Amino acid sequence: MSEAVEGAPSEAPRPGLAMAPEAWLRVLAPVVIGLLVLGGWEWLVRAREIPPYILPGPIAIAQALVRDWGTLSASLLVTLKTTGLALLVAAALGLLLAVAFAQSRIVELSLFPYAVILQVTPIVAIAPLIIIWVNDVTLSLLICAWIVAFFPILSNTTVGLNSTDHNLLDLFRLYGASRWQVLWRLRLPTAMPFFLAGLRISGGLALIGAIVAEFVAGTGGNASGLAYRILEAGYQLQIPRMFAALVLVSGTGIAIFLALSLLSHLLLRRWHESAMGGGERR
Amino acid sequence: MSAASLVSLRGVAKRYATGTLAVRGIDLDIAPGDFVALLGPSGCGKSTLLRMVAGLAEPTGGRIAWPGGQPSARDIGFVFQEPTLMPWATAQANVALPLELAGMPRAEAASRAASMLARVGLQGFEKAYPRALSGGMKMRVSLARALVTKPRLLLMDEPFAALDEITRFRLNNDLLELWTAERFTVVFVTHSVFESVYLAQRIVVMAPRPGRIHAELAVDAPAPRGEEFRTSADYAAHCREVSQALAAAMAPAAA
Ligand SMILES: Nc1ncnc2c1ncn2[C@@H]1O[C@H](COP(=O)(O)OP(=O)(O)OP(=O)(O)O)[C@@H](O)[C@H]1O
Ligand SMILES: [Mg+2]
Repeated sequence: MSEAVEGAPSEAPRPGLAMAPEAWLRVLAPVVIGLLVLGGWEWLVRAREIPPYILPGPIAIAQALVRDWGTLSASLLVTLKTTGLALLVAAALGLLLAVAFAQSRIVELSLFPYAVILQVTPIVAIAPLIIIWVNDVTLSLLICAWIVAFFPILSNTTVGLNSTDHNLLDLFRLYGASRWQVLWRLRLPTAMPFFLAGLRISGGLALIGAIVAEFVAGTGGNASGLAYRILEAGYQLQIPRMFAALVLVSGTGIAIFLALSLLSHLLLRRWHESAMGGGERR
Repeated sequence: MSAASLVSLRGVAKRYATGTLAVRGIDLDIAPGDFVALLGPSGCGKSTLLRMVAGLAEPTGGRIAWPGGQPSARDIGFVFQEPTLMPWATAQANVALPLELAGMPRAEAASRAASMLARVGLQGFEKAYPRALSGGMKMRVSLARALVTKPRLLLMDEPFAALDEITRFRLNNDLLELWTAERFTVVFVTHSVFESVYLAQRIVVMAPRPGRIHAELAVDAPAPRGEEFRTSADYAAHCREVSQALAAAMAPAAA
């Protein structure tokens, strides 16, 4: 057959350098704002001579972070473990249940309402119950974090599995594909971006769930996470330390979000619109 | 029923669950190696008819017979209006899909897919993802996928309707070239009089509401056809004839 290429691909790959100004701005602008706010904060605290037990300045907080790094990092690890494990279980169960929903309408109709109930019930309200019922503190925290993280993955993946292209479904049918082939080669890849979007939401939620549950549990001992450090520092009026723990919580949240975004980007960049070169995204 | 038919429709009707009578009383014989165009206005049941022939929809009346034996999964190729490619798979993986679904080992499916891609003019694009291909190139991948199983019957549902005219003409020529070489049977749905005359040996003109066959016309122009056919008096005459048939099919009096 004759030469067939009708023109180059519509979007020519942008050279990395062409995007540099935009990319720089993206990093630089928030950093500048952050530095300004921190500087203003420190100045305010010093100028007004606000005592550290009311509002510590950023430098005092940083000092507390360094000084108490031993206990804080141990707590960070505890919270991180709860969050990560909860997210992992939520991802696995959410995916499995979504697949079950997609395979059987009955299963979906009978179970989905309960998933919704689980989602709409505030975790603060049920955390005490769970902590009473489950003897193991670590496990009860895990369950709380899981409950919060579970739903976005389930509902997103369900939507994803159901948004399979009708013509592609017909095509698979035409070629006599088995149910398993349709699921594995068509529905799951279609659902992948949805699942990953859900995972990104759930990452942050798992952390929130873990922190909330820790607050409610309020246990000390060696199994105590960041929320306990915040409570403890509050009782002892060690406000800089409280802020330091808070910084760690936010930092963890940001790190989780970035890590999951990166994962999503790596998995989708070759084919999905959402993972195309960041140039024209918000 | 002529025993020589590849597929033979008798009194075929389709009423959807919604109550819409999409087509009725369809009698149609498709001979092996034929290139048949189904021409008609939007909503006259062309897609419905094609999907029934493909086995993707069940007729609610009449029968569809295959005198030479029921087709297997590999005997029918289907090209949709949209390229309908899996965006997460490369061009080659998309083309290899029908073979892999049929259980062919990956390596063999891949090499057949690659040579089919070359046949439709996409050598060098094996590893490209659909996102990186133009509309015409995607349609070529779709065509390669439909042909990779060496089907006896190629069903095409307005495959080039979304393309610009230059690309469409090129794909028309390439399709004719492939058809001339391989002589598979084609049923080609279109709403373009010009496309149907250019491509088909036979044009089935359909009338709407409910969908039915209004007329059948032969295009007895020589194959192989090339660009010079588009400017010939012969072509113009056929276009006029088919246009008149289509106009008659759409006139209320024809109902
Ligand atoms: N799945 C469906 N359920 C109910 N009605 C349908 C369905 N598919 C098609 N129809 C109806 O059947 C009729 C024929 O539709 P069909 O898609 O076969 O027409 P068409 O000739 O292919 O039209 P077009 O040129 O626009 O593609 C239309 O009235 C349409 O509304
Ligand atoms: Mg149609």
